[in-house]
Amino acid sequence: MSLSYFRSLVARFFSPDRTERELDEELQSHIYLRVKALEDSGLSPAEAERRARIEFGSKERFKEECRETLAGNFVDILIQDVRFSLRMLRKSPGFTLVVVSTMAVGVGATTAIFSVIDATLLHPLPYPHPDQLVQIVDDLPGVGAKEVGMSVPEWKDLENSGIFEYVSPIGGGDVNLTGSSQPSRIAFLNIPPNYFALLGVQPELGNTFNPEDKTLGFTLEVLISDGLWRQAFGADPRILGKSLRLDNDLYRVIGVMPPNFHDPLRTTQQRRTQLWAASGFAAPPAPDPSRNLRILTEAIGRLKPGLTISAAQSRLDAVVAALQKEFPADYPAGSRWMIRLLPLKQSVVGNVQQSLILLFGAVGLVLLISCVNIANLLLARASARGQEMAIRRALGGSRRRLTQQLLTESVLLSLIGGTAGLVILFCSKEFLLRLVPDSVPQLNVISISWSVLVFAFLASLGAGAIFGLAPARQARQPDITNVLRLESRSSTSSKEKGRTRHLLVVSEFALSLVLMISAGLLLRSFWDLLKVRPGFEPHNRVAVRTWLPLPNDPKTDIYGSPAQEAPLLHEILRRAKTLAGVEEAAIGNVAAVPLSHDRTNLNPFPLIVEGHETPRDRSPVIYGSLATPEYFHLMQIPLLRGRSFTDLDSDKAPPVVMINEATAKTFWPDADPIGQRLKLPVAGQANSFAWNTIVGVVADVRTESLAEASTPQFYFCAYQRRPRDLAIFLRGRFDRSTIEAKLRDQVQSINPELPVFGARTLDDAVSESLAQRRFSMNMVGLFALTALLLAAIGIYGVISYIVSERTHEFGIRLALGAERKNILQIVLRQGLQLAFAGAVIGLVGALVVSRFMAALLYGVRPSDLLTFGVVALLFLSVALIACYLPALRATKVDPIIALRDP
Amino acid sequence: MSDEAELLPGTLDLLILKAVSLGPLHGYAVLSRIEQISGQRLFVEQGALYPALFRLVRQGLLKAEWGKSENNRRAKFYELTAKGRKRLQEETDGWNRLAKAIASALAARPQEA
Repeated sequence: MSLSYFRSLVARFFSPDRTERELDEELQSHIYLRVKALEDSGLSPAEAERRARIEFGSKERFKEECRETLAGNFVDILIQDVRFSLRMLRKSPGFTLVVVSTMAVGVGATTAIFSVIDATLLHPLPYPHPDQLVQIVDDLPGVGAKEVGMSVPEWKDLENSGIFEYVSPIGGGDVNLTGSSQPSRIAFLNIPPNYFALLGVQPELGNTFNPEDKTLGFTLEVLISDGLWRQAFGADPRILGKSLRLDNDLYRVIGVMPPNFHDPLRTTQQRRTQLWAASGFAAPPAPDPSRNLRILTEAIGRLKPGLTISAAQSRLDAVVAALQKEFPADYPAGSRWMIRLLPLKQSVVGNVQQSLILLFGAVGLVLLISCVNIANLLLARASARGQEMAIRRALGGSRRRLTQQLLTESVLLSLIGGTAGLVILFCSKEFLLRLVPDSVPQLNVISISWSVLVFAFLASLGAGAIFGLAPARQARQPDITNVLRLESRSSTSSKEKGRTRHLLVVSEFALSLVLMISAGLLLRSFWDLLKVRPGFEPHNRVAVRTWLPLPNDPKTDIYGSPAQEAPLLHEILRRAKTLAGVEEAAIGNVAAVPLSHDRTNLNPFPLIVEGHETPRDRSPVIYGSLATPEYFHLMQIPLLRGRSFTDLDSDKAPPVVMINEATAKTFWPDADPIGQRLKLPVAGQANSFAWNTIVGVVADVRTESLAEASTPQFYFCAYQRRPRDLAIFLRGRFDRSTIEAKLRDQVQSINPELPVFGARTLDDAVSESLAQRRFSMNMVGLFALTALLLAAIGIYGVISYIVSERTHEFGIRLALGAERKNILQIVLRQGLQLAFAGAVIGLVGALVVSRFMAALLYGVRPSDLLTFGVVALLFLSVALIACYLPALRATKVDPIIALRDP
Repeated sequence: MSDEAELLPGTLDLLILKAVSLGPLHGYAVLSRIEQISGQRLFVEQGALYPALFRLVRQGLLKAEWGKSENNRRAKFYELTAKGRKRLQEETDGWNRLAKAIASALAARPQEA
């Protein structure tokens, strides 16, 4: 390529008209000169003109050949092809629409779901060097306890062990924010000052905590979230240094975290953190740091750079062994204390991983099906265009040129389809995100994943290109004359193509059926879960939250003892019952609200039975909550043995507890637990214990999730404790939307600083606990329906084509006396044969796939006959309907026309 | 391409280069010159010359420029480039070597075989 090449390229683009004119002028002047020469040799002007033109040949053809050698010709041809392709596509709008929408669905759906997977499964940790982040978990396998938390001295030991850059325990919960218009309850995180340094994140405004800060208690500085800054402080630009009160203690805001910041162990469901408060966990309100008090329930760490997790784990094991030797009383050998390091990524996505993989599989299938569909449609059209190709070849079109044009056409189709997919994607992004349950981490940072968009695009493009070239293949056939003669289209080449098409349809069916059966299994499993009896009655019952403040100085706590708090509880109950529509009221702590458990709400206690006292670290663990006497009746939890709490069980009476059936069966299988005594901490004092008598046994309640059988639980009597985190239960027929406000009025007339929030019906609690499964079911169902639609389109297309091919034959049959319904039968039979073949393969495939899904299915066997059977039948009926329409068309064939017009 | 003279492939290009080597020519003149030096008509369709000319320009062996012809008409003149001149020389040497070799082969006496 030389300079003149570039010059002509530029010239071609900036003044194409001039290039054309010059070309014409050059050739024209040649003819002119020849005419002159002929005239000079004696011919008449007219004769000279004629001779010159004949001698020159076709000016247009040579102009075209010249153009082809010009720079930039490639683009010219491309534009030409694109124009032609667009015209062709406009001529067959049905075909174009179907292919474009198929591709759009494939590309759009794949990208959407994969974006979710990408953000959650593949890149869930938006912090620097996320591979260095671990979750630190303490287990006591010797007493069957996992995730027991660590003590403050242990935390310090880990920090000094040289394994970690930073270790940060995480605690928190809700706190009362006062000083604004309305006492509100906000979610806060209680962390050490090194937390943000560990994560490596910067605030939007101000500073984070100083990692070197050694304050034993709470530093009086806090960071707030962008959301809180906007909501409660109106995005006040002078927020830094402003004071606020948390549980009546004064704090100062030193920074604001950006809106896309996410705490690693908190899912969106667990009320997004609005405030971060730093403390050393070694001063009030925390108890005195003692090695056997495991008050730090969760912890994360950042490994020293260059250390792998397995290397860190071995070093940690050594540290654990050394500590056990040094403090045998606090780490008794029997409990087999160990510390596990888990990659933080795994902790974050662990429980959603399987659902996401299932979705990934579903999406892959839909993409595959749409590609197969496209291929099918293109092949069908290829046969129809065989004539066109032959004519173009006969007129002198080169094979290369034809192939190029066909390729352009299919690429164009793919691009249109892909773009349509993108458009659909952007429009439906909001809708899709709303379908995703809150428990999927990182929900608000999910954005379109460009890599998968490219992949889906390429996949569709590939399918389009490969099968779009089919007509070109036919153009190579030697029997051009045959085709030109407009003979019947039953040439051998189309028979081959017919086989390929049939194969494609059958495979498409099989894939669709697999997807549909998976959806069916999930649906059935979900249905069964809905029917599980939760152990309590959720209808017409509402739980409203309130929280009694816990000031840092215990001396200022007005609800510091059970005796101080009991009157408050009685008063709340009295006033709640005066509200219109409320028939019954009870109070419990947050753990008493079933199916709403976050990690931070579980209260584990070692089970120490009188007469069989095991050391605390070797005792089995049971979970405790607390309630007023009315609770069990309100929730319709039946009493199985003994008695329920009464108002006589006040703080002056002997402490009592009730246990659930699981506890009774597990620990007293042959004896009566009534009357047995358990050693439990005294209210509000971590190191002092009392004997609590078991007075009653109640039925099990599914507290964690509907799918899990009950855990051993017991209940304190609310009047004998001083609970902070309360749930007020109401039963009756009242207006759900106003009850919170009404109850708030009542509660705040007792104490205006108590926030009242979070009203939720128990029906909603049950429903939300199924959110994850519902999402899987919805998504897979959506895909299955799409797959079914695509498969139906596929078979419709193929059967239509077969019908049009055999029109001639049908005409003959009808003329020879066949009845219309015979024709119908022939077509239907062919269609059903294909459907059946696909169904058989699909059933086998579904059996294989469902085995992998087994973990997600509750109570349904992976080879559930009913599901398989029903779905397969549904599927075949749809196939039948899809065949019916073209079959009907076949019967309407007018034999005269069919015979005349092959 | 023609039924009057069977041209070996590539020889057309060579003839064009030779024709133009003696000085810039426009298309019609190139045709005349070729007919002159080869002594016969080489083209069934004269227009086929032009794609060849364009191709040679594209390959960088010729360069084209608009100018005025003998009778003051606007015409596009083709001229050899340095690269073209070199190619012409190479091809000519090639042909000459070939011709010499064949000539000597054909002139071989029996005892020299």
